[in-house]
Amino acid sequence: MKVAYWPGCVSRGFTPELHGSMEKIAPKVGIELLELDRANCCGAGVIAEHNQELADTLNARTFALAQQSGGAMMMNICSTCQGAQSECQERLDASTEYRDLINENLAPEKLSYEKGITNKNFLWLLVEDIGLEKLASLVKRPLDGLRIAPFYGCYIIRPTERLAYREHPERDQYLEQVIDVIGAESVAYTGSHKCCGFPVITMNKETSLTQAGRHLGDAIDAGADALVTPCPLCHLNLDLQQPEAKKFVNRELGIPVLHFPQLIGLALGLEPKELGMGKHVVSTKAVAAKVAAMAVAA
Amino acid sequence: MPNYVLNIRRFSPESGEPAHWEKFEVEMEGHRPVLDAILHARNTEDGSIGIRCSCQAAICGSCGVRINGNPALACNTLLRDAVATAKDGATIDIEPMGNMPVIKDLIVDMDAVHWKKVQRVVPWLIPAGEPPEREYVVPHEAMVDVTQTMACIHCGVCVSDCLSMEVDPEFVGPAAHAKAYRFVGDPRDAATETRLRDLAEDPHGLYDCTHCFKCVEVCPKGVSPMNQIMRLRRRATGDFKIKDANNGYRHEKAFVSIIEKWGTLHEAKLLPDSYGEGIFGKLNPEAQKQLIASAPTAVRGVLSGKVPPLKVIHHHKLPDQKKIKDIYKKIHGRDDRIELNLYIVGEDADALAAESAPAEAAATAADGGES
Repeated sequence: MKVAYWPGCVSRGFTPELHGSMEKIAPKVGIELLELDRANCCGAGVIAEHNQELADTLNARTFALAQQSGGAMMMNICSTCQGAQSECQERLDASTEYRDLINENLAPEKLSYEKGITNKNFLWLLVEDIGLEKLASLVKRPLDGLRIAPFYGCYIIRPTERLAYREHPERDQYLEQVIDVIGAESVAYTGSHKCCGFPVITMNKETSLTQAGRHLGDAIDAGADALVTPCPLCHLNLDLQQPEAKKFVNRELGIPVLHFPQLIGLALGLEPKELGMGKHVVSTKAVAAKVAAMAVAA
Repeated sequence: MPNYVLNIRRFSPESGEPAHWEKFEVEMEGHRPVLDAILHARNTEDGSIGIRCSCQAAICGSCGVRINGNPALACNTLLRDAVATAKDGATIDIEPMGNMPVIKDLIVDMDAVHWKKVQRVVPWLIPAGEPPEREYVVPHEAMVDVTQTMACIHCGVCVSDCLSMEVDPEFVGPAAHAKAYRFVGDPRDAATETRLRDLAEDPHGLYDCTHCFKCVEVCPKGVSPMNQIMRLRRRATGDFKIKDANNGYRHEKAFVSIIEKWGTLHEAKLLPDSYGEGIFGKLNPEAQKQLIASAPTAVRGVLSGKVPPLKVIHHHKLPDQKKIKDIYKKIHGRDDRIELNLYIVGEDADALAAESAPAEAAATAADGGES
């Protein structure tokens, strides 16, 4: 299926391994990525905090570009993009008058957003549109014995009404479902649906990194080999900031944090290096070694 | 009549016994609220079960508890809905709310946390001068704007699961911030800037909210406390240019300017610009301290290969960046900011009707397909 693909800023910035691994696995799961290379930042909630009309216009612009792309729907690989864009879409879709006003802002560029675009995080698209059965059939390397702790990121789990949980009530269990299907074991721990703390990293480091540190520590105590997250901003706080986070929770940490497409890539038979797993701050070597010992089907 | 199993968290400090779970079976219709079942268990099985309640109609805000791990009012959560979220599909776990000390069983100390924080934000009107001879006359729109925060019933459900408060008990929190907006948005109040400055400068105030949407999700009255916090930030930075000590003002300004200039986020610039504006801002001792403290993280980023040095210096502009700048120019040029609050305006009636018609048709088709 063809999708209008919005990689987001961070997957092409400080987590290039995310965008890279998505590009590697897309053809393997039957997705053709039509990259929205003219689209702008979603604002991550910060632009909406500054000026709601500005945030809504910028995201309406992205939706309009996606609608022109010929993709069946729009896909993102960032929980934060999903949440920020869904928030704007909720307002745009609710009021014809407001949507007309926003479209006037886009008129000089000859763009217009038509109500009702479907915008899905890759996690949602994988489970809902490709399907767990299909995914199971594509697995070349069942990740048997790998213990993975899911970490969702707030923006794809709350608020449920805005994020269409009425139609898809299991969206907050998809990570566990996928982890099981690819042969790994999902690890239950208290932090899986909590906040990584990233939004306040520049404003209150202690609040931010205490959150990150506790979840990492809980996952370690639950016996996880790694965390997996569909959000690159969570990844920044959980991986890039992990050596700092340990100071706020007064304990040793040291657990790798995988991007969701990397985990899928491993199960599809790709090698850790191809998936950019060398570009993490917390070493992924132990995971890579476990994976290297697993058999890959031809 | 269906049988429901309540698994109630019991704790009585005077008993000397540790907290424990206790099961009660209640025969009751599924459309009855969880509170009715708790009261039935108390009346028929164990009169010592501690629960605070009064109106039983989601108005008084007394019966906040955690049901299957999620905070809610026991009086407006139906038994059939509660059992649907039960961890084992059958047993309804009922616990006291979080982030507040437990007094007994399901009763928490609201005074020690929630009310103390509400008092913190000066929850009364501070008029400009002597009251008018008759009533205050205020524009209708201004009062509509604060109705959402006025809907708060102080049940503490948002406080219970606030993820910032969980790690920082000093955080002013969702309910108290929503209450602050109730007065910041009121045209009769004369302390708008003082209120905003006070919360912006408090390291546990406006900029300690981590944007997790938990309070938005759980509020039984649609107050959306986090959205009120965002509106407070908007007023603080946009209307009063309050340059707080927590980098809130600079972070917003840096983020918004970066997108205006490049279209996508130049991360390597966001962090230093949040600590100090321009070269002189970065020479400020406080900014220096924060820049030095974040240096090891920056070095780790570069060494891991995550952050190529070239990316730190150079960031590509979008091909149509001029168009984005024009959008900024037009919107920033307006006299007033345009905001759409769906709580107040609701959705298009026509659009809703048009939407529900095909949905119904689809539902009928689906039913037909299954039979």
